[in-house]
Amino acid sequence: MARHSLRDIARHLSRAEAEAICKRVLELSTADECRVTLNSGVRANTRFAVNQISTAGDNYNASVNIRAVFGKRVANVSVNRLDDAALRQAVENAERIAKLAPEDPELLPELGPQDYEESIVWNDATASLEPDARADAVREVTERARAAGLVSTGYLEAQAQAFAIANSSGLFAYQRQTGVAFTTTVRTADGQGSGWAGASDNDFTRIDPRALAERAIEKARRSVNAAAIEPGRYTVVLEPTAAANLVQLIGGALNARNADEGRSFFSKAGGGNKIGEKVVDERVTLRSNPLDPRVPANTVGGDGLPTHGGTWIEDGVVKNLAYDRFWAQRTGKEPSGTGGTIAMDGGDETVESMIASTQRGLLVTRFWYIRPVDPRTILFTGLTRDGTFLIENGRVTRPVKNLRYNESPIFMLNNLLAMGRPERVSASESGGPGQAVMVPPMKVRDFNFTSTSDAI
Amino acid sequence: MSTSRRDFLRTSAAAAAAASLIASERAQAAQPQFSGQSDHRELAMRAIDAARAAGAQYADCRISSARSQNIGTRERRVTNIGDNETFGFGVRVMVEGTWGFAASSELSADEVGRVARQAVAQARANRRAMVKPLELAPIHHPPVPNGQWRSPARVDPFTVAIEDKVAYLIEANEAALGAGARFVNSQMFFLRDEKTFASTEGTVTQQTIFRAQPGMTVTMVSADNRDFQTRQSTDIQPKGLGYEHVLDANLKSHAARWVDEARQKLTAKPVEVGRYDLVLHPTHLWLTIHEAIAHPTELDRAYGFEANYAGTSFLAPPEDFLGKFRYGPDFMNVVADRSAEGSLSACGWDDEGVAPESFHIVKDGIFVDYQTTREQAMWLDWWYKSQNMPTRSHGCSYAQTWADVQFQRMPNVNLLPGTQDLLWDDLIAATENGIAIIGDGSFSIDQQRYNAQFGGQLFYEIKNGKITGMLKDVAYQMRTPEFWNAMDMIGGERSYELGGAFGDGKGQPSQSNAVSHGCPPTRHTQVNVINTGRNA
Repeated sequence: MARHSLRDIARHLSRAEAEAICKRVLELSTADECRVTLNSGVRANTRFAVNQISTAGDNYNASVNIRAVFGKRVANVSVNRLDDAALRQAVENAERIAKLAPEDPELLPELGPQDYEESIVWNDATASLEPDARADAVREVTERARAAGLVSTGYLEAQAQAFAIANSSGLFAYQRQTGVAFTTTVRTADGQGSGWAGASDNDFTRIDPRALAERAIEKARRSVNAAAIEPGRYTVVLEPTAAANLVQLIGGALNARNADEGRSFFSKAGGGNKIGEKVVDERVTLRSNPLDPRVPANTVGGDGLPTHGGTWIEDGVVKNLAYDRFWAQRTGKEPSGTGGTIAMDGGDETVESMIASTQRGLLVTRFWYIRPVDPRTILFTGLTRDGTFLIENGRVTRPVKNLRYNESPIFMLNNLLAMGRPERVSASESGGPGQAVMVPPMKVRDFNFTSTSDAI
Repeated sequence: MSTSRRDFLRTSAAAAAAASLIASERAQAAQPQFSGQSDHRELAMRAIDAARAAGAQYADCRISSARSQNIGTRERRVTNIGDNETFGFGVRVMVEGTWGFAASSELSADEVGRVARQAVAQARANRRAMVKPLELAPIHHPPVPNGQWRSPARVDPFTVAIEDKVAYLIEANEAALGAGARFVNSQMFFLRDEKTFASTEGTVTQQTIFRAQPGMTVTMVSADNRDFQTRQSTDIQPKGLGYEHVLDANLKSHAARWVDEARQKLTAKPVEVGRYDLVLHPTHLWLTIHEAIAHPTELDRAYGFEANYAGTSFLAPPEDFLGKFRYGPDFMNVVADRSAEGSLSACGWDDEGVAPESFHIVKDGIFVDYQTTREQAMWLDWWYKSQNMPTRSHGCSYAQTWADVQFQRMPNVNLLPGTQDLLWDDLIAATENGIAIIGDGSFSIDQQRYNAQFGGQLFYEIKNGKITGMLKDVAYQMRTPEFWNAMDMIGGERSYELGGAFGDGKGQPSQSNAVSHGCPPTRHTQVNVINTGRNA
């Protein structure tokens, strides 16, 4: 098969192309203020099931969003056609709708030019991942599973995207990013055992398909003949993926305005929010840093604000919440986007040492179908999946049936016993690249399991 | 207890609003049935010809131009007006027993040829990991060379002025604020998707799909800031209709009741854990049907194809369950369809050109069939032969957009009403010690669809046939086979309603399907109820 150039595979708008389109939209605009955002790029994927590729596909898309403002009236129109007629039509539509919108008392003027740090989230190896190379990576799993008499299913997705933003106040920014995720679930032929392994990164060369295959195969084999145990409160050793499945939920509750309005865990009794209050164990520090080479993200926010990240919880104390521009201005704070990543500090233990120090507990590979139950406490429910084991007297002794929990990451991080070294994980349930998350494995007491499941 | 749509249709406000729409309806009637681009048919034909020339044994092309609109508000303010258009096409090919797929947003003659060849190359790359070549079941009807279908929308939402939509929402918010709401958010969403499909088997269809969803969330906060409760407008369900659905929904007329219910939730009695008889309203039950009947009866799940994300199914292997497994009592009948007027999965042809059919999934309590596509129907050839049924797709192929490959997605999966003319109030009157649940809330279910947990919007204590007060922090946990076999009462035809959602997720990359589920209220005996309230 003919080799494609990188430009064909990782197709996206170049800086010059993006700048020209933005400039054209701003020329066409007759609004008081105008903002253009452009997203372009390829999403490529290969799926496999029952040890062979089931579907695969590549799609290319490029879309422009135009935000027109007249006085305090605003509207957004987006379209994925970039020819002059389409741009003209989209500008006209945005302006027509904006004029019909009521005034928005919270509207702020567009930002002027900003200084951005150089982002480190683009990777050529990920951007140039062709179907053949994806099929080769998949075969690292399917061939091993087949040879072992097991059934593998999984998913490899690579994204290479360009983002540009410009406005009528002179702001322009352009950034490219890549993301890749590879996950596999290996089951025994009789359906009695199931094991999962996965990884997510912006750099494909840091993902080892063979290691993932071996881990999922081992878990599938070890999970056969699971015994039912009574639901209740258990000491758990959470592998990094399981820990991240829950820790990342705190990121979704950081909205400062919700807290100040009394409708968040971070609301304070009597009024205000919990900034400055200790809410979890003092060993817990949670932050976002788009320039962390292990969990990088774009440094340009969706509204054009530079993304600096920040520290959300430090030594167990709420350090900051996520303020948008309006709420920051209203409350006299600095605006702080959520940073797009979550990284938690760890400790010196390992999964093995945490197992060794456990009298009786459970080892959890990952959680699934995680859904909110009560936002007052960030309480979620969900289940263990693809590798849940009993720990007795410092050793993993047998697989156990999956369990449903009703638990909050806040309670969990108050019951923290020990932590290992943080790892970048694939923490999105759907197996896509998702937001970059790095969390340590951890040991927690009194984790609340409320029922057992027969699902394997 | 809950107001039916028929009730608010009768209100004079709705009638006046409907009258003002007559002009728009006339304009609508004058339009051709398919208002998409006329060159889409030609481009689709060009794509499948290019795929065939490159070596595909089968190819189909879907071209879509979709427009969606979101309007969001909070209190007296519009938070978002967004209008989105997306155009593009996807080409799916079969080459020597493997699939390939590629898609692009550039609708030009050159690009459809390039993408068709890319899909063929993709299929060839995939052959390296092939074990067993795929086969397609024949289609049960002759090729449809010029199929046309349109959702039964009376008013195209994109012909209604933005200021009318904004005024509708702000008036509804004023009604909530007037009733004492601390916070109120409301929104409306619309979609019009014009889809052209062509396959190498001679089928060409053009369909226009509409979807509409108005909604509101009321939030109340306790005086000491220690508690907050919300009421979502789950009495109003999304539909495959036009703007008339928004007018029929009449959010404003319900706002004060939703505020009152959210306020009551602040002081409701925390539920005591235990086993209760549950009386489930259709606005709640549709989601339990979705999770615990519709998902486990997807055939690709039963064969392990979704093991890495959505999961497999407890109904596997099929030979152990088809015709043998008792899902529920004799009066339990579950039928799939894509025809109910205003339902979200309604269409003329699915995304591989098959006219969908209605079929039983559960008949007289026994599990009898799965949802299928053309590829999957072949896997059940042995079952259909044993039942003297033809081996053919039920028409369950769907892709969320032009950029995604089509695969098996659920049609509307409905629990049929019982033969007795029972209503919601009759089920409550017959219950000694129970909980009535209205509206869907929190939901979670395992990857084989055994163990589920559901919350709701409103929970009422039932004592000796009467509602005695509101409860809070209620969730029930269940095991699917026991839950349906514990169903001992079912409402009649007059109590049947359609619920549904836009966000049915499955597949990798995850795709959203829009689906409705019709059902009457039901009663389930001795279900495990937990209390989810905790102190932070």
